[in-house]
Order: sequence, then structure tokens, then C-alpha cells
Amino acid sequence: MSFSTIFPKLPVEVLTRRSQEASLAQVDAVIARGRAETIDDFAALISPVASQRLEQLAQLSMGLTQRHFGKVIRLFAPLYLSNECINICRYCGFSRNNDIPRVTLDKEQVVAETRKLARQGFRSLLLVAGEHPKYVSSGYVAEVINACLPIMPSVALELGPLDTEPYRRMVEAGAEGLICYQESYDEATYVDLHPAGPKKKFGWRMDTPERGYAAGFRRLGIGALYGLFDWRYEAIATALHGRHLLQQCWKASLNISLPRMRPAAGGWAPNPSHHMSDRDLVQTICAFRLFLPHAGITLSTREHPALRNGLVRLGVTSMSAGSSTEPGGYSTFDESNWTQTKANQPGEQFHIADERAPRVVANMIRSQGYEPVWKDFDASLVQATTAP
Amino acid sequence: MAIDLTTQPFQIGDRTFQSRLLLGTGKFPSNELMRAACDASGSELVTVALKRASLQGRDEFADILDYLDSSKFLVLPNTAGAMDAAEAVRIARLSAAAGLPKWVKLEIHPDPNYLLPDPIETLKAAEILVKEGWTVLPYINADPVLAARLQDVGCATVMPLGSPIGSHRGLETAAQIRIIIEQARVPVIVDAGLGAPSHAAAAMELGADGVLVNTAIAVARDPVRMAQAFALAVTAGRAAYELGLAGTSEHAVPTSPLTTFLG
Repeated sequence: MSFSTIFPKLPVEVLTRRSQEASLAQVDAVIARGRAETIDDFAALISPVASQRLEQLAQLSMGLTQRHFGKVIRLFAPLYLSNECINICRYCGFSRNNDIPRVTLDKEQVVAETRKLARQGFRSLLLVAGEHPKYVSSGYVAEVINACLPIMPSVALELGPLDTEPYRRMVEAGAEGLICYQESYDEATYVDLHPAGPKKKFGWRMDTPERGYAAGFRRLGIGALYGLFDWRYEAIATALHGRHLLQQCWKASLNISLPRMRPAAGGWAPNPSHHMSDRDLVQTICAFRLFLPHAGITLSTREHPALRNGLVRLGVTSMSAGSSTEPGGYSTFDESNWTQTKANQPGEQFHIADERAPRVVANMIRSQGYEPVWKDFDASLVQATTAP
Repeated sequence: MAIDLTTQPFQIGDRTFQSRLLLGTGKFPSNELMRAACDASGSELVTVALKRASLQGRDEFADILDYLDSSKFLVLPNTAGAMDAAEAVRIARLSAAAGLPKWVKLEIHPDPNYLLPDPIETLKAAEILVKEGWTVLPYINADPVLAARLQDVGCATVMPLGSPIGSHRGLETAAQIRIIIEQARVPVIVDAGLGAPSHAAAAMELGADGVLVNTAIAVARDPVRMAQAFALAVTAGRAAYELGLAGTSEHAVPTSPLTTFLG
């Protein structure tokens, strides 16, 4: 059964309330075991009282992460193909009712940006696009994957949800990962924030990872966008989703992201009562590590440098660096120091907080006694990847 | 007083090895430390995941192979990342095309969580590669029947896991490993889950021909010293095995004989 059919029966509200009311004794019992074995354990670890045990949680999280992943951080770059979008998402810079310059890169532009990213060291690319059947067709995406792979041995996708068949074509073209954030697992909030376009379909979006798995993707990424609703609710729902995928999609590696709202065009402001603080974020990352010890945890450039530095050893396994969220944004980066030479980026999805160049981030990772790993997958090793 | 313990060398395929400690090269905090740990371990065979390397010329961002001196070690590519036999065979063939010797550690784990090896795909891949003249070292669960079948198709070793990769739980599969060793026609290398030097020593005392260690060394506070500790444990365990260990007993066994008075 797909997650969207199970989800309505899951006691997420009850678990969220229990999390709010958890006792220190419950938290200490989980810490003594060294693992969050049940969703109740996870809810206890993200409770208000568990914040008092953050140092112990961090130590456990570090140890578990090191054993399964090593003292490494994998680096990747997002490459925005297009900001055309037929959806209205109230919080997103790409929302169709925002008056921003709309751009879709052609294949040559994508290749040029990919080469530029490769010169910075990246060997892993995340192709991102708004949802638009005309500008971001599955044929276009497959063509772009084929063009990037000779330069970039690992390609993952973050696009509008598609059916299994178009995903199969993308897997055949060589893409290995599929990311799809539910944004909010609270249906009432979701419906309110997505009033128009195919993104309205709450359950369809939720089942995207399973359709991707059926198509052959090796890596599935999920997450909620923190700031839209009660963050404990979102974290618990994400944890349940992750556990479901571990059972139903046993051959795919799971990745969790915890993006927090960033300022974007459109002027939508999050409800302050939904704010997830830095400390809350660290606590939740540690809780995910203890509940899903084998899941990758990704940290993007949405977060500020000091927080990213602090999280390197605490449970995160992959990071982006020096990102641009604007299609064509890298084309105006100065390669010598990786700074944006354009004064404004009106076509960006959101503004990032950590603008450090990839090499600077890599050196920061090394300074913490960890290895920055640029290459950890190679599509050409497992299938013939040739340009169409 | 320095202790000098040497043990018998052993053979895999057409090569002889003095060291019975094999090292994996993943998870290290830097390539420099990885190299130092390999050197300190005395190992003569190290494995490397080709998905980390560049097979198309030098790449400063994928340069793990540059840190492994092939005059010191047999650098054994593993097929980590392969989900099935076809992918593993492809990886092996690409490594040969890039000039590496035709030795491969077959590592096929479709489950990315516990990284447990797929027995069916491993047997299929082994059969294909052995026929193509490869020296094949298959990583397997501690399944004695699978081990026997892999030897039937011509594998150079079998490499049963002690416990899942990175779990540090040691020889959870000891009973099965004993059977594999008893029935083995090729060297048995215990691989995965060895979290402490005592686990490695125990594997050697059971009669394993060697052990492969990665995580326990790579994420140790001092990988170089941990590599040395494992090396000592492997030598100690092997020496004890060669000397023949007394069997265990539930009762005390007096050291003076009782029946010599009978003549």
C-alpha cells in the first residue's frame, strides 16, 4: 500500500502532542539504548525537554553516523534548469503569480554551467526545476541528463512529481536519485498553500518516491519545509514516511532533508509559532540519525555558515556549497573566488545564507577532521551512458 | 623486549601474502591518513571502491587511487555500488580496461542500509568473471552452501561477514564461519563487522586465513595506531592457531596425568 493511503490513519497529531508532553525519563531511556527504536522514541527525542540532553544526543548521532558513513561529507551542487512553473505555492519564489524573469536553460547552457561546477570540484549534480509540462518536459530532462553525465558522474533530480513511466526514461538516461519534498504533511496547510496547479494533489506528491522506486531510482530524498506548520508534526510525519520507504523500497537508499523557510519573492511570511530554531534543527537532525541510522541527511546552503560548520560532525552526510537557486545563476559567477558578479538574482527560488565557495567549504570540512568527498557514485560504472 | 612473531604466509590465486590483515580504504577522514594507516598495518592487499575513483585519467577531486602505491599493495577494486551481477561485471571490466590487474572483490549489496551481499547475483557474477580469467574474491553472508558453490565455480577465496558492515559486532556468524572454514578449499577471509582487534584475533583463532577491516580503523580516533593494533591481533590469533589451541572444557583439567601408574 502506498504511503498516501496509509498516512490518514497514522496518529501524527497524537504523537505530536505526546512529544510536547514527553518526560526527561522517557528521553533518558532512549539515550540509554543508544537508538530510537520506535516512532514514540523519535517523538521523545524532539520533545522540548530533550533539548536538555542535546549534547548526549549529538554524541550518539556523531558515533552512529561515523560507523555507517565514515568521517566524510559528500558534496553536491544544485543546478536550476528552469523557474517556469504552473503551480501557485504561496511561499515559493517560482510561484506562477510572482512577476519574476522566467528562464529555461537550453542544453548548451546546462552543459556550460555543469562544466563550470565541475571545475570547482563537483562530481555530483542535483537538477532542479519548477513544474511546467511544456518547458520542463521529461524529454528535455532526459536530454539534459545525457548531456551532463559525461561531465558529472552522478545526477539526481528534484522536479515536479511525474508518473513512473517518464521516471523510467530518466533512470535509463542515467539519473540515480529522486528528491521530492512534501513541503507540509498537514493536509489542511498543504491545501491552503497550494491553491492552484497539479501540486494541489497532496497524495500524488506523497507517493512520488514510491513511483520513483518502481522506475529504478537508487536514492530517494524526502523532507518537509520547516516553517509552514508545527515543526514537530512535520518531523514525525517525515520519520514515518522514511520508515515506510525503508520497508517498501528496500533497494533504494533514503535521504532526509530539513530545509527551513528562507525569504523569497512573493512576500509570504511564515507564522512565527511554526519557527524551528537552530537548536531545534540540530536536535531534530540528531533524532533522525537515532531513528533512521542508515539514512543520509542533507544540509543545503539555506543555513548560515556557523550552523553548517557545527553540523558537519553531528549527523549530516551531504552538503551543497556555493549554490545558486537561479537558472543560469552560475554563468555570472567569478570562477576565481566563486562570487556572484550580478547585483541581483531576481529569478532565484530563494536567497541562500551560506555563500562560501565550494573550496572554502571543503577546507572547513577538512579542518573538522572529515574528508570532503566529491565523487561517490559513477553512472558510467553501472550502465552505458551515451549522448542521444 | 621486542616480540618477534612470524606466521606462515598464505596464497590467494597466484600470489603469496605474508600479512593476513587486509584493509578497506573507505570512510577515512582523509586520504593521507588512509595511506598512513595502510602503511602502518603491514597489509599487502587493500580494497578500494571504484565509484570513488577516476578511471579516465587523473582527477584531483577523485584521486583516492593516487594514494595507494601499487608496488606496496595489491590494490583490489571492489564493486560497491553494483546492484546486480551485470553491474558488478561491468565495473570489473572497466577496471581492467583502465589497467588494473584482473583481481576483483565482488561486493553486490542491493540493500544500501545493511549492505548485506546478494547471494544470487554474487554467484552469477563470479561464474562470469572466473570464466573470463579473473581472480574473484566474493563478499558473502556466512552461508556455507553459498561458499561451497562459489568455490565450485572457481573463486579464489570466500569472504564471509562477521556481522553487518560498520556494526562493530564482531563474529555474530561464528558458528557458520566455522563450518565454512572446515569445508573450505580456498582461503577464507572474514570481512565486515570486525570492530575490535579481539574480534580479528578470534577470527584467526577459528582458523580464518585472513581478515578484512575497514570501519573500525577508518573512524578510530587514531587510525594509524588502530591499524597497528589490528595487525598485532591478527598475528597473535594466527600464531595461536598454528600452534594449536587446547580445546575448552567445562571442568577443570588437572595438568598431572592420573594413569601413568599402570605402566
